[in-house]
Amino acid sequence: MKTNISEPLRAPAVTEPGASRRSSRRVNLGHLLLHICLIVLGLSFLVPLLWVLVTSLKTAGQVFVVPVEWLPRTPQWSNYREIFEILPLTAFIRNSAIVTVLGTLGSVLSATLVGYSLARLRWPGRDAVFALLIATLMLPGVVTLIPTFILFRSLGWLDTFLPLVVPSWFGGAFYIFLMRQFMQGIPYELEEAARIDGASSIRILFQIIAPLCGPAIATVAIFSFLAHYNDFLGPLLYLSTNEKFTLPLGLFWYQGRYGNSWHLVMAASTVAIAPVIVLFFAAQRYFIRGIAMTGLAGR
Amino acid sequence: MVTAARRERRSSGVQRAEWRDGWLFASPFLLGVLIFWVGPMLYSLYLVTQEWDMLGPPRFVGLGNIRQAIEDPLVWKALGNTAYYTFIGVPLQLAVALLLALALNQAIRGRSIYRTIFYLPSITPAVASAVVWSQMFNADFGVLNNILRMFGFQPVKWLFDPEIAKPAFILMSLWAIGPQMVIFLAGLQNIPAELLEASSLDGAGSWQRFRSITLPLLSPVVFFNLVIGIIGSLQVFTAAFVLTSGGPQNATLFMVLYIYLQGFRQFQMGYAATLAWMLFWIIMFFTFLQFRVANRWVYYETQV
Repeated sequence: MKTNISEPLRAPAVTEPGASRRSSRRVNLGHLLLHICLIVLGLSFLVPLLWVLVTSLKTAGQVFVVPVEWLPRTPQWSNYREIFEILPLTAFIRNSAIVTVLGTLGSVLSATLVGYSLARLRWPGRDAVFALLIATLMLPGVVTLIPTFILFRSLGWLDTFLPLVVPSWFGGAFYIFLMRQFMQGIPYELEEAARIDGASSIRILFQIIAPLCGPAIATVAIFSFLAHYNDFLGPLLYLSTNEKFTLPLGLFWYQGRYGNSWHLVMAASTVAIAPVIVLFFAAQRYFIRGIAMTGLAGR
Repeated sequence: MVTAARRERRSSGVQRAEWRDGWLFASPFLLGVLIFWVGPMLYSLYLVTQEWDMLGPPRFVGLGNIRQAIEDPLVWKALGNTAYYTFIGVPLQLAVALLLALALNQAIRGRSIYRTIFYLPSITPAVASAVVWSQMFNADFGVLNNILRMFGFQPVKWLFDPEIAKPAFILMSLWAIGPQMVIFLAGLQNIPAELLEASSLDGAGSWQRFRSITLPLLSPVVFFNLVIGIIGSLQVFTAAFVLTSGGPQNATLFMVLYIYLQGFRQFQMGYAATLAWMLFWIIMFFTFLQFRVANRWVYYETQV
């Protein structure tokens, strides 16, 4: 963050370190110990998630049995049918989908546009704008919590999705930063030729540059997806009608109200957690690379 | 001659177009800064001088909100709790994340499986993980007390014990260190293997190698995780809001939670804005402090 900040991002190599050392085939005592430690730690990281899944398949009575039954004898799949009946869960899913898709779309488009401007167009004031970007990256958002609420309230946006979606269309500093770092690594020759042929900036961006930014776009999309999908404070502040709740807010509301039916709360939690787990396994590569990119971008 | 002049004119036209496009394309961000940062911050400064419940008209109170904040014991309680959670929690998070990254940086089988397992909790929606942890911490049938009993220890009241509640939150935060771990891992993999090999040829043990090569080369990444971790941790909200609402005996009343309660439960918008400004300056202070101290311990390759 201190030096090198304007240098293009080195794509970090995340996979396969020490591949050269793989030749030693004999059983390595150190590695064995390491595996034991990692398995114990790994299990303790998994326990909470397994607990959700297992509890969601129990009857109300089985939940409180001590010691914990880790394999319910007769999985109660009907719990899932039940929560869809007693909760407007379909509406929660739809609301989360709307907010997440519209918010992510806005983040990606605005970050691509602004990132391109900062990475590849030459204009007076650009460096100052980039400095501003870095500054907002580190500003604590808490200071805008109250006034932004009052702003949206005076616009009549309370109990709509607009406060959750519209800000993303103005570009998140972090997403812009990622796009800009990535775009700086693309050779200029590609763009020069098109510019001499008289192509407009917007055409160059969407026909030449953006198609080369797949990994960066995927990273921004994933981070933005997670941020919108997992957001709790936003929906808590702005949504008040039940039918407009997103999944996290709906889950909170439900556990506050029917908190004793833990098997059902856990079934609802499973429904809320499942999409991010699916997303992770579908796009694992981009997750890992994206996070690695953020960390090394500060160098 | 004529063509050269024409090219000149054309290129200055192209340049003008580039200037225009540059500003135009950057305008969403600039507008965003005005609408979502500059405007709200100015308005919030105004709110500091007002008492306003959002129903009647705001009333000017001058420095009243600030005086109230200084005299409010809950503010100091909340700041203390937040400091405890941050300055004990973040170093622990970084230590565990670094240990995991070091382990996963070894050439062992199943690295990507381990990495997935350690990473997954961090993408779980905060509300869902809070709900899950309320069960882990449950005094009667929770998993943690089950384990304690199994090893013959007394069960703990976790979130209902004012002494244990904050450590319990820190324990829970350790569950979500996936991103820090992945960032450390990427940093470790950027360290040239030749350097490590050269030093082991010189007879350095693995601890010495870690101290004198790995850690200095990793320091920019440690710095990044530290800065981001402290900024985030000082603004902790969701877990406390869902799990304890600040209890027991305000032991988990963190600053953003207190701001939320003042603003959206008590409708003291002026007071809440004042508290937000307080936290803002505290966070800015610690961020600047870290940048000031950074050149004493953060090592950048370009400095060689």
